[in-house]
Amino acid sequence: MMPNSCEGKCPGCNNAHAGIQEDRRTFLSWILGGGILATMGSFLYPVVRFLNPPRITEVAVNEVDAGKPSDLKPNSGKIVKFGSKPAILIRISDSEWRAFSAVCTHLNCTVQYRDTTQQIWCACHNGTYDRLTGHVVSGPPPNPLEEYAVNLRGDSVIISKKA
Amino acid sequence: MKPIAILIPILAAAVAAQQVAQPSKDACIECHTAMDGPIQQPALLIKDDIHMANGLSCADCHGGDRTSDDPTVAMSTAKGFIGAPKRTAIPQFCARCHASPDFMRRFRPQQRVDQFELYKTSVHGKKLAAGDENVATCIDCHSVHDIRAVKNPQAPVYPSRIPDTCGRCHADAGKMAKYGIPTNQLDQYHTSVHWAALQKGDLAAPNCASCHGNHGAKPPEVASVAAVCGNCHVLFAQNYDKSVHAPIFSAASGGGGCIVCHSNHGIQKPSTAMLAGAKAVCSGCHEPGTPGAKTAGQMAQWIDGLGDALKHSEAVLGEADKAGMEVSEAQVRLDDGRDDLVKARLAMHTFNPDEMHKPIEAGMAIADETLRAGQQALHEKNVRRVGLAISVFFIAVTVAALWFFIRRLEASGSGRLEPSN
Amino acid sequence: MATNAIQWLDNRLGLSEIKKLADHKTVPVHSATRWYYFGGITLFLIGIQIVTGTLLLFYYRPTVAEGFDSVRFIMTRVEFGWLIRSIHSWSANLLIFVAFIHMFSVVFTHAYRPPRELTWASGIVLLGLMLGFGFSGYLLPWNQISYFATKVGTDVAGSVPLVGEAMARVLRGGDDVGAATLTRFFALHVMVLPMITAALVGMHVLLVQKNGMSTPPWIAADRVRHIKFFPNFFLRELMVWYGALAALGALAALFPWELGIKADPFASAPKGIRPEWYFLAQFYTLKLIPSRVWIFEGELLGIAGFGIGALAWALLPAWGVKRSGEVRQRLVTGAAIFVAAYLAVFTALGYFK
Repeated sequence: MMPNSCEGKCPGCNNAHAGIQEDRRTFLSWILGGGILATMGSFLYPVVRFLNPPRITEVAVNEVDAGKPSDLKPNSGKIVKFGSKPAILIRISDSEWRAFSAVCTHLNCTVQYRDTTQQIWCACHNGTYDRLTGHVVSGPPPNPLEEYAVNLRGDSVIISKKA
Repeated sequence: MKPIAILIPILAAAVAAQQVAQPSKDACIECHTAMDGPIQQPALLIKDDIHMANGLSCADCHGGDRTSDDPTVAMSTAKGFIGAPKRTAIPQFCARCHASPDFMRRFRPQQRVDQFELYKTSVHGKKLAAGDENVATCIDCHSVHDIRAVKNPQAPVYPSRIPDTCGRCHADAGKMAKYGIPTNQLDQYHTSVHWAALQKGDLAAPNCASCHGNHGAKPPEVASVAAVCGNCHVLFAQNYDKSVHAPIFSAASGGGGCIVCHSNHGIQKPSTAMLAGAKAVCSGCHEPGTPGAKTAGQMAQWIDGLGDALKHSEAVLGEADKAGMEVSEAQVRLDDGRDDLVKARLAMHTFNPDEMHKPIEAGMAIADETLRAGQQALHEKNVRRVGLAISVFFIAVTVAALWFFIRRLEASGSGRLEPSN
Repeated sequence: MATNAIQWLDNRLGLSEIKKLADHKTVPVHSATRWYYFGGITLFLIGIQIVTGTLLLFYYRPTVAEGFDSVRFIMTRVEFGWLIRSIHSWSANLLIFVAFIHMFSVVFTHAYRPPRELTWASGIVLLGLMLGFGFSGYLLPWNQISYFATKVGTDVAGSVPLVGEAMARVLRGGDDVGAATLTRFFALHVMVLPMITAALVGMHVLLVQKNGMSTPPWIAADRVRHIKFFPNFFLRELMVWYGALAALGALAALFPWELGIKADPFASAPKGIRPEWYFLAQFYTLKLIPSRVWIFEGELLGIAGFGIGALAWALLPAWGVKRSGEVRQRLVTGAAIFVAAYLAVFTALGYFK
């Protein structure tokens, strides 16, 4: 039974009692309404933030833009970031390109292109790789470099993982 | 026809094809196998010999007629029998074929034919020419009658077996006594990083022959030590050559160049203890308190500092990773920092602090960056918990309010339906 | 003004009809009333899955090349991405767990009896769909464990006689788990299964609405007190939902769902490959069956057993109720205890062994 059905037995009943009841009811409604609003807010806030595009929008994985073709002279190479690992892009001639993983298969040093010998060279232990196939020419590397595909798209060189 | 009847002619043809290069009969092996004692040995060993595998048998080196069962005919000088060469004649004996490009091309077109020429320049070759029969000839390293290809792991000249092969003589104090050279090289080598790598199966790791040469074996000249080490440690040698130490160390007595700090046969894994501290090699010349010693101390501090910073970042990232935070990108980035540490150790060999400070700075920046990523992740973990606490608080308040709301709603009997009967 | 607008909508949508329906619905109050909440929680978690799943679609890319990295992107770069994905994963598991409780509560209170056979059957199909969601969704992050678990899972499908090979090929989109499998599973997970589920959930809820809440046979239905569904029961259910949400938030914040390492089809299978926990009982059973039982292949026998078992379970209203309409309480309760014990024990065995 609700306390407001005191049937006038309690002293100083009537107005005062009913007033307290009214206050409690409004208070409860406020708490409930506020609680529902607050919880809705705490659900919607992450959702809105989730939909807000992140500053770094690239997922950067199997394809990387290695810059303009004109940045690289024939018989030269450069290191580009490919995902989390370095790759080496080599311009063999005007129209011929190659790209390989730049991680030496010997001890994971980063390899470089040597225009004088026209080979890929690892400075750490003097391993050399063929610039056309990535095969080991000399030195300690046990395996060839993984080859990537190179495509020209518009005015940029695109390196991608071979399917 | 029964299958076996078909097989026999095929087998016969196969056997015949294999023996085209040699007469089917080999009396040398037949008779010597039947004998006892040392004279039997070559006939037993030769089954493993690479020459045999290429169709060359006893008579092809020793002369004579293998087709004759009569020893007097088979081993007659008329048939070109030479017998066993004298020790001093062994190199020429092998060189009859091995120095002949035309002959070797028939079997191994790419095989080198300069071994004898090289041998003549070696300490072994010179002493042999001077009549010293104790020095190594071809057969001492390659064995005899069971000569195997270098790439055969059972060959005594297989990379990982070379140290013991050389050590058979060079680690024997008795044999080395009259030459006055030390015999501790093999023991020292067995403590070295090179032997450890070789044992791990890295056949590119240097054995004795990698530095001393094989057929032209000799101690490297003092001036060429850096070049010898530089065969593999290319950039280290380049940096060293540029350094102030290069001319000074080259003039050092008792072996110069890299050896001054790293020793020769017992090369240990380098550490900053070589630069600073009680066991520092630098302190041999740069007495404590001098500018050189201070610079060396600074270099050690840099390397240790970067190493520690990277380790610290790694630990913080590991902690974040364990807490379920996603930090794999920073962990990959840490590899770049480790690269810089390697580069700093490399740049140290210029002995130029300015040169060395560049990779140290780059590495420290990465250590900082990854450390911040790790701390950020750990902070984020706490933020998540606070966020969770806040929303759980709101939920609790709402649930409590709902509870009171329902109680009050139903206190008046609202929504309650008693069974009709 | 406001009343006019409501009136306008009511005339077109029939809002008052719906309100009348809601007013009409009542929930019986007795010792087993608490089990009524589980259907509601299941529905709520399905809602969570729809919301979080839709959000994940904003960033996820269903290709072998980008699948893993896009999930990592969600976990690291997208604000609150970790929360959305972790809730989606945790909620998926909780959903299946709660659905199982819901199912067993229905069996133990014999709520499947006429006229609720279709409600029961649609519920069983929905449970199967939930397992399908779990199986297809597991592969989408394209990590090592999910890749190999899918390989094993589709292998099992492949050993079904006659149609198995074709089924496995259709599931994988080829002879092996690969790029085609990922797009297929993606299509299943975000389009095919949700559409079927939506239709079936609608039917399931409508049937509950039509037939009312069932009271256990040992309680006299006409002697029991009722409360109105709206607002009395609904507000209580709301409290439970809030509780479930708090639990999900806590799980996601304290134990973010892990990412694993990117799948490499050429790597050897990692040690201890096992499916999600809700397939463990079957997985472990298949492991225990000898490779040959009499003249049958062991695995085949196991799969046939599961098939027959599931069918029998779906047909529970047929064999659990006598022609007279009386429920075979002891038989059904006994069977349910057996099934529950089997699932619990074998899941535990599969987990710890």
